[in-house]
Formats: sequence, structure tokens, C-alpha cells
Amino acid sequence: MISSDLAIILPEIVIAIYAMLALVGCVYTGKDALAPTLVWLTAGLFALVAIWIATSGGGTATAFGGMFIDDGFARFAKVMLLVSAAAVLVMSQDYMQRRGILKFEYPILIALAAVGMMVMVSAGDLMALYMGLELQSLALYVVASLRRDSAVSTEAGLKYFVLGALSSGLLLYGASLTYGFAGTTLFSGIIEAAGEGQTSLGLLFGLVFLSAGLAFKVSAVPFHMWTPDVYEGSPTPVTAFFATAPKVAAMGLFARLLFEAFGGVTGDWQQILAFLSVLSMFLGGIAAIGQTNIKRLMAYSSIAHMGYALMGLAAGTQFGVQAMLIYMAIYVTMNVGTFAFILSMERDGQPVTDIASLNMFSRVEPGRAFAMLILLFSLAGVPPLVGFFGKLYVLRAAYDGGLVWLAIAGVIASVIGAFYYLRIVYFMYFGEERDDTLDRGVSPVLWGFLALSAFAMVAGVVNLFGIEAAAAAAAATLVQ
Amino acid sequence: MSAFAFYLFAISTLAGGLFTVISRNPVHSVLWLILAFLSSAGLFVLMGAEFVAMLLIIVYVGAVAVLFLFVVMMLDIDFAALKAEMARYVPVALLIGIVILMQFAIVFGAWESSEVAASNVAQAIPVDRHNTEALGLILYDQYFLLFQLAGLILLVAMIGAIVLTLRHRSDVKRQDILAQIYRDPKTSMELKDVKPGQGL
Repeated sequence: MISSDLAIILPEIVIAIYAMLALVGCVYTGKDALAPTLVWLTAGLFALVAIWIATSGGGTATAFGGMFIDDGFARFAKVMLLVSAAAVLVMSQDYMQRRGILKFEYPILIALAAVGMMVMVSAGDLMALYMGLELQSLALYVVASLRRDSAVSTEAGLKYFVLGALSSGLLLYGASLTYGFAGTTLFSGIIEAAGEGQTSLGLLFGLVFLSAGLAFKVSAVPFHMWTPDVYEGSPTPVTAFFATAPKVAAMGLFARLLFEAFGGVTGDWQQILAFLSVLSMFLGGIAAIGQTNIKRLMAYSSIAHMGYALMGLAAGTQFGVQAMLIYMAIYVTMNVGTFAFILSMERDGQPVTDIASLNMFSRVEPGRAFAMLILLFSLAGVPPLVGFFGKLYVLRAAYDGGLVWLAIAGVIASVIGAFYYLRIVYFMYFGEERDDTLDRGVSPVLWGFLALSAFAMVAGVVNLFGIEAAAAAAAATLVQ
Repeated sequence: MSAFAFYLFAISTLAGGLFTVISRNPVHSVLWLILAFLSSAGLFVLMGAEFVAMLLIIVYVGAVAVLFLFVVMMLDIDFAALKAEMARYVPVALLIGIVILMQFAIVFGAWESSEVAASNVAQAIPVDRHNTEALGLILYDQYFLLFQLAGLILLVAMIGAIVLTLRHRSDVKRQDILAQIYRDPKTSMELKDVKPGQGL
């Protein structure tokens, strides 16, 4: 019995054992001297496991009495988060090494966080959900304060930790109320208990607390307060990581919890999600306008984007889940490219995050400026770039799901949000001349990711690289 | 008798909790906290959960509370200033607390578990097994995945603590065990033949 269970979670086991071996290996040999090699090894392993998961046949399997679910939805999310984690790891190597903060523990912690994220999207039980979430969060708290000599970085880590603990408390309280109602922590048991008869107040409270806890993890308004500070304070490669893989995992977990455990009470959580979504879109759009630091700006940008992804979930339909998955895939691709650009922003070898430093950047390096222009247009959702199709999908899902007002609010918020993306474009192309321009030249890795991501935003228009069909198949396994 | 014991432990748990919050001296707070832990361990014994009771004493009283005591005594924190700062937020905190309390009152007033909840929770009590054995059977069998994940979380916590706090300072003399082992009398000792009355 146990061997068949272990066969289902083999990808997670492989990464966990790799992390432990790498830890012991590095401690007894080269320590930090091995860190660059380890970063590439870890990224390579992520890519291999992603290919393995993507090609390992279809079907749904459950392990450990239903606590762990391996279905099309989980596989789609796992491939997405592993690929983005690998990309961010590769991008961070050069940057961190030159700043002297590349420790061998960094790739190991990221690998363990990846295990946590994979458990999150596969969770079939409230306890497995919590374990995956904590494994991921705890590793993230540590990497947030990796630059331990900097007060801003340690503050970011501490703030993230304290607020994360608070949100875990909310989540656990919701889980215990739900358990009190259903008498079981298995999602399959909860949906059965909730299905018969009307919604109880206890279940509703459990749902609200669970949603609040998870909304914190995806940084949806009004649980977003930590995001700008943590994004600004963490080392930039870590910020890039925060903005990609953990968001995919948290959205995947959110979707699984809502559809597999609370699928019978869709009407109750639709309102909560619509509320979170509309607030996130507007606050993300409006608060980003006054930002001068590009990392803070990306924090508000990610809040707004999470609002759109939540809109797909709020629709409460299979198409909504498909739209959410497509949106997340596009969002992650855009963010990898954008952070490749931000990581390459340097003046005299020192990292710069000030938006004003981009003035007339198109003169300095027309190629990079143009790639960034494409990404910013795509982030803003300007047709015909791929970012527009992501927004189109979630808006259509909301419209089909009967949330016409939410779709209209989304359109208005995207117009507001376009302002601050286009402001960067304005700085790069029509800003005032400056003497202290950014450095020319960039590591080929960063330039490669930037170019690739920008190219995907244009080339993806043809068929979105076939992601539609894959997302539809994934959504079909989640929403029966 | 057991009713008397229950009320005794319950009252001392509550009193311990209350005084933990309101005592002026932080060391007294920790001591009251230990009382609360001990009394709850007593409550667990009354319920027949001996293993959990012992765990509470060993882990919480033995390790956590002592750690708290050390932290409180070693960190130089001005608790009076901290409390004064907190006093400013008391009205808001009180308001939020009351609102949440009322909401909970509504929930528990109208509490209603699903019809299948009772049958879901029901478990046969193993009569021929000890607490520890019964827990172990569940933990390593039914909750194997969660148990292993908890282990991974602790590993992350350990790595994190080391990454964030361990510093290799170059100006500190460290023990070099290999060098110590490979020392021999020839290189580490020098025999001098000191003539009487001459000195070196």
C-alpha cells in the first residue's frame, strides 16, 4: 500500500532527497564555493522534474487516504511553478554572487520551498494544505532576509514572518471550524458534508477564515500590506521568486480548496472572491501610480494581477479555472522577463531600483528598452500582446459566470493600471536627458530571459503556445 | 473526586493564563504560564490522554517555557515602555475584540454540525493499547505524509536559523582538532636542561 502511495509523490520525494543530499554534500566539502554550481544543478533538476511531470500520463490518483491528489490540475500547476522557479534561480546566480550573498543554502531552501508548493497544489486535506503552506512559507521567510547585514532585508523577513504567522493563525482557525462542521479534514469529506442540507454558519465562518488566510498568501487586498515592504526589502532575485512560483502555488491551492472542499457552496465564496478581486485590482492600480521604486511598483502590480486571477476563480465555473490558469501562466512569463530587466538595472556595478534612473534608457540600450517596452505593454494588457488575452479570458469567465459588474470593474481598473506601466515607457523613450545613465551590457542569461519573455509576448498571440488546451484539460479535472 | 480535580485544574489553568497577561514582571508572567501548562497537563490526564499530558510537560514546560525565561532574562527589553506603547492601542483593540467575540457568540449560538460529522469523528477507542502505541500507529500509518512533511519543515527551520545567525569571524581562534591530534611531543615540547643556579 505504501509503495503505491510513494510512487505517486515520487517527484516531491526526489526533490526533497536532492535537497538533503546537497545540504550534506556542501557542508562537508566546498560550502559557499559550490553555490553557483548548486544553483544550476537545482534549476536543472526542477526542469527535469517539470518535464517528467508533464509527460507522465494522465489520470487522477490519490495517495495517503486522499491527502495527496495527483491530477491534471496539480500537474499543470507543478510544471508552471517548477519552470518559473528554475528560471528565477538561473537569473539570480550572477546577481547574488557579485553581491556576496550567494550562499549554498539558497538553492536548497528554494528546492524545499518547491516541495512545499508541490504539496500545496496537490493537497487533498486541510492538514496537508497547512503542511505544504508552512514548508513553503518558512523557506521564503528565510530567503527574504538572506542579506542579513542589511536592515531593510531583515525587516522584510521579519515583517513577512510575523504577518505570515498571523495569516497561518487565521487559516488554522478556519480549518478547525470547518473540521468542527464536517468532522473530517479531507476535502472529499467536507464537500460531502456541506453538500447535504443548507450551509451552516460554522462552515461559512470556516470558509471565510480559510479564504482570509489564503488571500494573505496571494497578497489580495485587504491582506496585501506586507507585499510592498517585503518586495522592496528582499534581495531582487528573491523578489522575483516571490512574484512568480509561490503565487502560482497559492492560487492553485485556493482553487483546489474552493472547488474540491467547498464546491457545494459556490454561491457563498463567489461573493468573497469577487470582493477580494475588485479591491485588489483597484488598489493595485491606484497605489502603484505614486511609486518611485520599481520593486514596490512590481509589488502593487502583482497585487492587481492577483485581482484578475481571482476574478477567474470568482466565476466559479470550469471555464473560470481555465482562465485563471492561463492568466497565471502569462503572468509568470511576463514577470520572469520583467525581473530579468530589473536585475540588470545597474549603475557603476551597483543595483538601481529607482524608476527615474530609466530616463532615456532607449538611447543607452535600444534593444533592452524595446524588450521591456513589449513586456510593459503586455503587463498593461494592451492588445494584441499576450497579456491582453489573459485579461480577456478572465473577463469573459466573469461575464459568463454572471458577474457582469466585476468584469466592468476589471476593465476600468486595467485602464487605471495601464497608466503606471506606460509611465515607465514614457521615461525610457521620452524622459529627460541624464548624465548618470545606467550601465550598458548585461549578462547573457538575463538578456536571454528578457528577450525570450518579450518574444513570447508577441509570438504567443498565434495560439498561446497551446496552453489553452492544457489549461482546459487541467480545469476539467478540478471541476467536475 | 474527578469533578473536584477537574475544577481545580480548570481554575488554575484560567488563573495562570490571566496572570500571564497581567503580571508586571515578565519573569512572573513566564512562571504563571508554566502553571497554566501544568494544569492543562492535569486536564489531559483526567481525559485519559497521558501521553499528551507528559508531552505538554516535557516540551512546553521543560523546553519552551525555560527558553522563554532565558529570553526574558537575557534580552534587555524595557517592558514598561512596551506596555505604555500598547496602552495607546487598547481602545481600538478592545473594540475589535468585542466585535469578534460577538461574532463568535453568534456562530456558537447557532452552531450546527453536519449530519455526517458525528459518524466521521467516531473512532473506536483501542482498549488493549497504550496511548503512546495508539498514537504511533496513527502517526506513522495514517498520517505518514504529514509526519514526514513536519520533519522537512523542521529541517527548513534549522537551515534558516543557521543561515541567518551563524557567522564565521576571522578574528576568533577556533579549535583545530586535526592539528591537535597530529601534534607529537617532538614538535610541541622542548626539553631544556637547566643548570642549577644559572637559569635560562
